[in-house]
Amino acid sequence: MILALVEHDEGAPEELSLESLAMARELATAEGDSLEAVAFGDEADALGDELGEHGVEAVYCVAHDRLERYAPDAWAESVVQLASEHEAETITAPGTDRGREVLARVGASLDAPLATNCLAVDIADDGAYELRRNRWGGSLIEHARLDGEHKLLTAAEHEFPIEPAASTTEPSVSTFEPDLEDDLFAVQVDRVESGDEEGIPLGEARVVVGGGRGVGNAEDYDQLEELAELLGGTVGASRAAVNEGWRPHDDQVGQTGAKISPDIYIACGISGAVQHMVGCKGADTLLAINTDPEAAIVQKADWAVIGDLHEVVPELNEALRDAS
Amino acid sequence: MKVLACLKRVPNTGAKIVLTEDEQRIDTSGLGFTMSPHEECAIEEAVAQVETHGGSAHLLTLGPPEADEQLRTGLAMQADEATLLETDDEEWSPRATADALADGIDRLDDDEGFDLLLFGNESADAANYQVAVRVASELGYPCVTGIKDLEVEDGTAIARREVSGGEEVYEVDLPAVVTVKEGLNEPRYASMRAKMQARRQEIESVEPRAETRAGGLEKVRLEAPETDDSPAEILGEGPEAVPKIVEILAEEVEVV
Ligand SMILES: Cc1cc2nc3c(=O)[nH]c(=O)nc-3n(C[C@H](O)[C@H](O)[C@H](O)COP(=O)(O)OP(=O)(O)OC[C@H]3O[C@@H](n4cnc5c(N)ncnc54)[C@H](O)[C@@H]3O)c2cc1C
Ligand SMILES: Nc1ncnc2c1ncn2[C@@H]1O[C@H](COP(=O)(O)O)[C@@H](O)[C@H]1O
Repeated sequence: MILALVEHDEGAPEELSLESLAMARELATAEGDSLEAVAFGDEADALGDELGEHGVEAVYCVAHDRLERYAPDAWAESVVQLASEHEAETITAPGTDRGREVLARVGASLDAPLATNCLAVDIADDGAYELRRNRWGGSLIEHARLDGEHKLLTAAEHEFPIEPAASTTEPSVSTFEPDLEDDLFAVQVDRVESGDEEGIPLGEARVVVGGGRGVGNAEDYDQLEELAELLGGTVGASRAAVNEGWRPHDDQVGQTGAKISPDIYIACGISGAVQHMVGCKGADTLLAINTDPEAAIVQKADWAVIGDLHEVVPELNEALRDAS
Repeated sequence: MKVLACLKRVPNTGAKIVLTEDEQRIDTSGLGFTMSPHEECAIEEAVAQVETHGGSAHLLTLGPPEADEQLRTGLAMQADEATLLETDDEEWSPRATADALADGIDRLDDDEGFDLLLFGNESADAANYQVAVRVASELGYPCVTGIKDLEVEDGTAIARREVSGGEEVYEVDLPAVVTVKEGLNEPRYASMRAKMQARRQEIESVEPRAETRAGGLEKVRLEAPETDDSPAEILGEGPEAVPKIVEILAEEVEVV
């Protein structure tokens, strides 16, 4: 069987978990195997109906009195015990912090290989998996083979469409009680502190105005802030701008920053390095404002203005103010 | 306190990635090399913790002889010692990499072991999200991942990870493995003088050891995905383009 780790919010499966279920279901269908799910936490037993729509045949809800707070080694050991009891050779997880770290621990415990960021998986004649996975944040693709007694995979974000299965199943829902030693709780969430949320988070903004090295100094981001405000959006930055100390790292868009998916990304004074572009490839449209007509971002954009952002942006702000 | 930071040499690609003809690697003729920003933060953290608590900061990499360049970058940031687990230029699988690093750490660990072992959350090129977890497991140390805020007090690491709406806080006893993300700190710029000194510093080169296993995760080839290279529609030069921008924002994107 194929065992899929599912994260959920009080019984409602998370989007990335459904995406990784889509990957797991492809494998289950190709191998003629059953697809089963493992979940932790309150109300996991409410997952049955929705996971049934995605072709899951059994849901195992892990129950243990010390698992009230997240503990990655204890989660991993629970998955290992469940996989051993039900002879699961393939285990999948969503491409989230938890999904990846739990599966890496399962991999360490079983000495099994793990392929992260998978885009597509096929089964070769010898039973090994032939897969494609993202490298460099998605600017390169690796074709790889994954072989072993156990095979572990996580799905790349937003690559597998969430679609109901051809036929709905009625999964059995049962409790699984793992046997967990003390040392599996050496790493456990001690407490959760809520953050102070100001403005629109970058990942959710409909409009993002990005500023790069071309902005030249911290003060001139005021112009970009104003543009963002006029459009109901938020400001992002390139790593170069963050390294200069002009913007906080929270504003960084790219491979080691935020991934954005606005209706429009307005990139001002940004050259278009691949590590920046993988952060904004989710944008519907891209407008570049750059002095250099040869800049890579001008190739990649839908629209471009060749010019100094310090002249273009204030005029644009004025026109937008007049228009409203 | 003894602190270790692990880093990986990777090509510093620009706006376009070109592959070699056999599709096994990035064509690096004309490219420089670097490491992940996460790993720069790991080095900064190692050095800063030693500045606060005393002790020494060590660097470790598994890579080709040229990876001494990235070790020297870390030495110039005031790390004390650096070790290279020298390979030919082939990339090792994550399991073999973890074996070699764990074995290397064991061998570096005279009597007084490392208190804190810092890694990047994921490597810049391969993004396997697992080498640190496997090393921690082999060494029997606790491991927290994806950390953007770290304090060390009386033998405990207090580590914070961003989750939606806030942060989850972990408190783990040292020795521990911690994987970090960019934003943890602001890596220092090395002075000219520090760079010169780092150039003369000795780097120990050690032969890596790893278990051989059948199967696993094996690269077959790389592929540069198709990108849409149709040039942008040029709306104009300078402020004369403003009316067209407004039109697009209003009519095509419908955000005004
Ligand atoms: C592993 C790794 C991860 C990385 N992760 C990220 C990441 O998450 N995010 C990220 O952004 N980068 C990342 N980088 C860095 C990336 O490679 C680039 O160095 C960075 O994106 C460059 O930022 P920039 O475009 O602002 O600066 P530059 O490349 O210097 O470009 C500045 C641009 O501004 C234009 N310009 C100058 N003056 C003006 C003006 N007055 N008006 C209009 N245009 C002007 C110039 O023509 C140029 O195109 C990463 C690098 C590595 C190796
Ligand atoms: N060849 C290597 N040499 C030293 N450290 C490495 C190497 N490969 C990976 N690492 C470390 O492990 C982290 C995670 O790598 P990965 O599992 O490939 O995403 C990296 O950020 C590095 O800190």
